[in-house]
Amino acid sequence: MKLLTGNDLATGDVVWWTGREWSRHVEDAVDVGGQGEAILRAEEGARRVNVPYLIDAEATEQGPRPAHIKDRIRALGPTVRPDLTLKPADADAGAWVI
Amino acid sequence: MYVYDEYDQNIVDARVEEFRDQVERRLSGAMTEDQFKPLRLMNGLYLQLHAYMLRVAVPYGTLDSRQMRMLGHIARKYDRGYGHFTTRQNIQYNWIKLADAPDILAELATVQMHAIQTSGNCIRNISSDQFAGAAADEVADPRPWAELIRQWSTFHPEFTYLPRKFKIAVIAADEDRAAMRLHDIGIQLLERDGVLGAKIFVGGGMGRTPMIAHEVKDFITADHLMSYLEACLRVYNRYGRRDNIYKARIKILLHEIGVDAYRDQVEAEFAAIRDLGIDPPVAELARITAMFDGPDFDKDAPDAVDRSDPDFAVWLDQNVAAHKQPGHAIVTISLKPIGGIPGDASADQIDLMADLAERYGHDELRVTHAQNIVLPHIRKADLYAIWIALRDAGLAEANLDLISDIIACPGLDYCSLANARSIPLAQKIGARFAGRQRELGELKLKISGCINACGHHHAGHIGILGVDKKGTENYQLLLGGSGAEDVSLGKITGPGFDEDGVVDAIERVTDRYVELREADERFLDTYRRVGMQPFKEAIYG
Repeated sequence: MKLLTGNDLATGDVVWWTGREWSRHVEDAVDVGGQGEAILRAEEGARRVNVPYLIDAEATEQGPRPAHIKDRIRALGPTVRPDLTLKPADADAGAWVI
Repeated sequence: MYVYDEYDQNIVDARVEEFRDQVERRLSGAMTEDQFKPLRLMNGLYLQLHAYMLRVAVPYGTLDSRQMRMLGHIARKYDRGYGHFTTRQNIQYNWIKLADAPDILAELATVQMHAIQTSGNCIRNISSDQFAGAAADEVADPRPWAELIRQWSTFHPEFTYLPRKFKIAVIAADEDRAAMRLHDIGIQLLERDGVLGAKIFVGGGMGRTPMIAHEVKDFITADHLMSYLEACLRVYNRYGRRDNIYKARIKILLHEIGVDAYRDQVEAEFAAIRDLGIDPPVAELARITAMFDGPDFDKDAPDAVDRSDPDFAVWLDQNVAAHKQPGHAIVTISLKPIGGIPGDASADQIDLMADLAERYGHDELRVTHAQNIVLPHIRKADLYAIWIALRDAGLAEANLDLISDIIACPGLDYCSLANARSIPLAQKIGARFAGRQRELGELKLKISGCINACGHHHAGHIGILGVDKKGTENYQLLLGGSGAEDVSLGKITGPGFDEDGVVDAIERVTDRYVELREADERFLDTYRRVGMQPFKEAIYG
């Protein structure tokens, strides 16, 4: 599957395209299929997100899992500071990244 | 230390308001990211993995308690309660919002701090010896010269858009505590026949093509140092490549045309500009130099230290260095606790260090390029009280220059350029060797998460480079580098390892070192004596 991701312009937060808007949670991301480039062009005009780009991901029971570790780290937060991630109380979150 | 005059303050204040306007136009969409990016980089604002990252300048690593407290305040108010001290003596915040950036810069400006030129293709923070003004081996305090270079390079009309970033280091002793030979320009102040001057080295750097700077000028008198620097930069600006970002550093220019050809160009340029008034008037130099005269030391400070607390004695022997003033010492506060994150300090820890500097240290701190903090002027009589306070705050790791005193870049946990994580590896190495590090002695280990080498892995006695191997993290091991006056570049041992594998490989390396070492040889000395082969055999069998 293909996901669209970037950083929120104002906050810098990692965001994922949900089909209608941008979410901080990768579980909300949708497969943009072949529409990625068109969505990128449209979003460039909306000026909500910085440097959006397409990534590969696999569909899992927990939702989309980015194929590359860099994007998994982006999705969750730094592996060395679980308290600063989106799931500080989830003991399995680190394993999802690595 | 240097205190802004009205002119300095006006520059910084005006820059804040200019950037505020630029941010507003970016947020409104009036400016595109392509237009905004070079502007935000010139104000130290990156876009990293998780958020914007702000790099605040700590000029030549020197700051006072008021400034240190402001850094803690920024961490609390605008970030997530901590900051990261860097290999260029700066501090970085990892969780900045674009909308907050102008207010952060405004607050920094109230204590004479800024983020100007901490990124971008310009002259970056001027770095120096963290023991400046305290060490007995310096011919002069290098920091007035670092301050002059800072002022000269700030908004320099010719050098604001160089082919690539430019890093300058200034030292004033034969012992190189600032990795001077691995800078684009390295300056060593020295005296010849009673005259202060400098030896100039050009073309050093790490990154994907590490090089050691060449001696370009044997001795330039101090009164012409600035015009000589101007000549060096002009030649670079004229011929440095702008067509290929990977060949744009001055080290590549010297490599391609040769140091003699470069020197000839510089000398010709210098001859043309030396009398144009680039060098500071004597009165201005005296004004700046006077600000670095040093504190009023307690001349009756006792020299004896009570070593009866064994833990204190270990820290004393490892982290405390001799001071030029009897009865005083230089304290290095390790930001490398075993299992911690190298170079990180919480807002509370930052405040504590500010308090200690104010109460015990003539209100002065230094950031080192090894990502630690120095209190340069401490009475020996106060060492125990300082150690207790550090110990209670988790800042008393007695590991200066030992294997757990690791330089590590933020790596893939934070940096958008990284290929591999560096911090978890540093934590594993620290844990593995915590019990043996004193037995191993001086062993400088440095980790970079990518080829850009922000972790200085080329200059590590043991260096580690993180790479992406078909989508997974892999680590190359290097041996034999040094950023000190015995400068050398590390050599790759062979095939890389996964994270656990490289820790095991390092253990085999250190076991072999212990077998082979003679007398008091450091690891680096043994390696240089016996070569790579015995270590390669130990690693790969």
